[in-house]
Amino acid sequence: MPVIQYREAIRQALAEELNRDANVVVLGEEVGQFHGAYKVTEGLLEKFGPKRIVDTPISEAGFIGMGIGASMLGVRPVIELMFWSFYSVAFDQILNNAANVRYMSGGQIHCPIVIRGPANGGTNVGATHSHTPENVLANHPGVKVVVPATPYDAKGLLKSAIRDNDPVMFLENTILYGDKGEVPAEDYLIPLGKADVKREGTDLTIVSYGRPVILSLAAAHLLQQEHNISVEVVDLRSIRPLDIDTVLASVRKTHRVLIVEEQKPFCGVGAQLAYMIQSEAFDELDAPIARLCTIDAPSIYSPPVETEQLPNPQRILKAVIEVLD
Amino acid sequence: MSKKTSASAVSPSDPGTGQTDYAGAPINASLSADQKIGLFRLMVRIRRFEERSLRAYQAKKIGGFLHLYIGQEAVAVGCCSLMGKNDHVITAYRDHGHAIAVGMELNPLMAELYGKVTGCSKGKGGSMHFFDPSRNYWGGHGIVGGQVPLGAGLAYGLKYQGLKGACMTFMGDGAVNQGSVHEAYNLAALWDLPVVFVIENNGYSMGTSQARSSAGELAKRAEAYGMAWGTCDGHDLYEVRAFMAKYLEAARTKSKPAVVEIRTYRYRGHSVADPDNTYRAKTEIEEYRNTKDPIQVFQNKLLAEKVLDQAVVEKIDGEARAEADVSADFAEASPFPTVEDIQKDVYWESDNPAERKSGGRLFFN
Repeated sequence: MPVIQYREAIRQALAEELNRDANVVVLGEEVGQFHGAYKVTEGLLEKFGPKRIVDTPISEAGFIGMGIGASMLGVRPVIELMFWSFYSVAFDQILNNAANVRYMSGGQIHCPIVIRGPANGGTNVGATHSHTPENVLANHPGVKVVVPATPYDAKGLLKSAIRDNDPVMFLENTILYGDKGEVPAEDYLIPLGKADVKREGTDLTIVSYGRPVILSLAAAHLLQQEHNISVEVVDLRSIRPLDIDTVLASVRKTHRVLIVEEQKPFCGVGAQLAYMIQSEAFDELDAPIARLCTIDAPSIYSPPVETEQLPNPQRILKAVIEVLD
Repeated sequence: MSKKTSASAVSPSDPGTGQTDYAGAPINASLSADQKIGLFRLMVRIRRFEERSLRAYQAKKIGGFLHLYIGQEAVAVGCCSLMGKNDHVITAYRDHGHAIAVGMELNPLMAELYGKVTGCSKGKGGSMHFFDPSRNYWGGHGIVGGQVPLGAGLAYGLKYQGLKGACMTFMGDGAVNQGSVHEAYNLAALWDLPVVFVIENNGYSMGTSQARSSAGELAKRAEAYGMAWGTCDGHDLYEVRAFMAKYLEAARTKSKPAVVEIRTYRYRGHSVADPDNTYRAKTEIEEYRNTKDPIQVFQNKLLAEKVLDQAVVEKIDGEARAEADVSADFAEASPFPTVEDIQKDVYWESDNPAERKSGGRLFFN
């Protein structure tokens, strides 16, 4: 199986869906001539032309709103946000219009758009560019939220997202763009709302999504090597819809849970998960559910300190040991 | 009124008909007597619907906000009467007039106001969120200026799919200072989208007059984007049609966007909850009502043309009142949505379970 980068996996998904459906159009800042701020869309303009690959001005509310309007007529825009952090200037379009238009019209309209781009800290770009809004997005019924951790997942999930008739928020990660993994060259889909057990284990379950899955796998490896602790890692992949059943199955197996997320803790995805786990598997728990989040402050610039603000393998390792103590 | 008069209105970029006899403009001269009566009837139906809904609101049958269109009828009817099959309409929260103008029936509209399941949005949208995609009517949007990028997107969709049509994107005068409006202007001009942005200027953004809220001429801001623009008075249906026809045609045939400002007036407050006694004089309302009422103006013209006579006017009015009453009876008799209905129409996938591809939970109660 070919081994390709995460960004290439996304590009393959875009290219395959552009080929499959003439209504798919890729819009965003620098997606065409510039080849994408992170080179995700490199070569697509040359292959598909300017009608399908559209460079937009820096105007997120304008072009996201425009994409929503076009989707109501059957166009299927895949809109790139250079950073998900920029969603705040298009908040009304995404979370009033895209999220609500089906409901407010009594189900007469659907809005098949994908908004995709990176949402992460860890690159020393400061608080304005390091937002992880999956909890904010998922708080709005009407939108779906997907956060892929691996190249394989990124391709299969993005293809499903593009074919989905609901608005899908697709959160990537600049640090993962260069990560490599096995990705089939052919067409395949990963359904939204299916979690994936990325590592089997018996002593504790880490529930995570996005880049913290990769960090958790690194920590799990160290825990096995150095502490003889067997950790299971469940990758949610999709926040809404949410595959809680896979999480609960793992909890019933290990009886201990650590939720790892690159989120600020307050009202984060982990808060919802912890509520659901205790609500539905209380008797299975041998320890309180633990959470490891980004340290609760705006994202710090200082490069070595930002590493400590975010989840990292050492912080995860320590948190696992604390749960097991 | 703080608005300028029409004498200063025609901009250099306005193609202009040079006519003040708007009845003689080709788009109006081609109307049959029946079509003219039809347009008159539409305006009367809007007026009587709005008055009936106000009574229902006062009787506490309607919750939330109620933004009435009374006084502005010639704008929606004039513009929407020009629609071809690929023309689309989107507007803000003062949306009842446009809904009726595109042909929606009164029963589902009144039922929507009553929050009933027979409403046009199944009681989920309310006054500000009327929709009928089957009539190319895309709402009905509650946030000032929020619908304007969507209107550009409908135009983008038309162009993308190679359809010769245009999207009339309505907004109030209060919307022109929202960033989303300017972003949409830029995209429309940059990409030659077939959209006509229609500023329905009723003089007040809620309780703040134009003079107190907006610098410069509203439509003239189009010049900064290289777009055509123009202004007209909105109390004469013939004028609205003659004026809008030019811009719509340029959008449809040349994919050229424009910003137009149609000066109108609302008799009622911003919403029914607005006491309407702090920011304008009663005499201002009376003056407009007595000299520029769009229904009266058109009625007088049709009487002079002998298209209408007094008996027909009274018949149309009586029928419109009766129809509005029937719609209120229909709304009253209709059931409310159920609690189970709350979670329907949220996701396409959960509404179409046989075609659902995703797993996991979509709802969290």
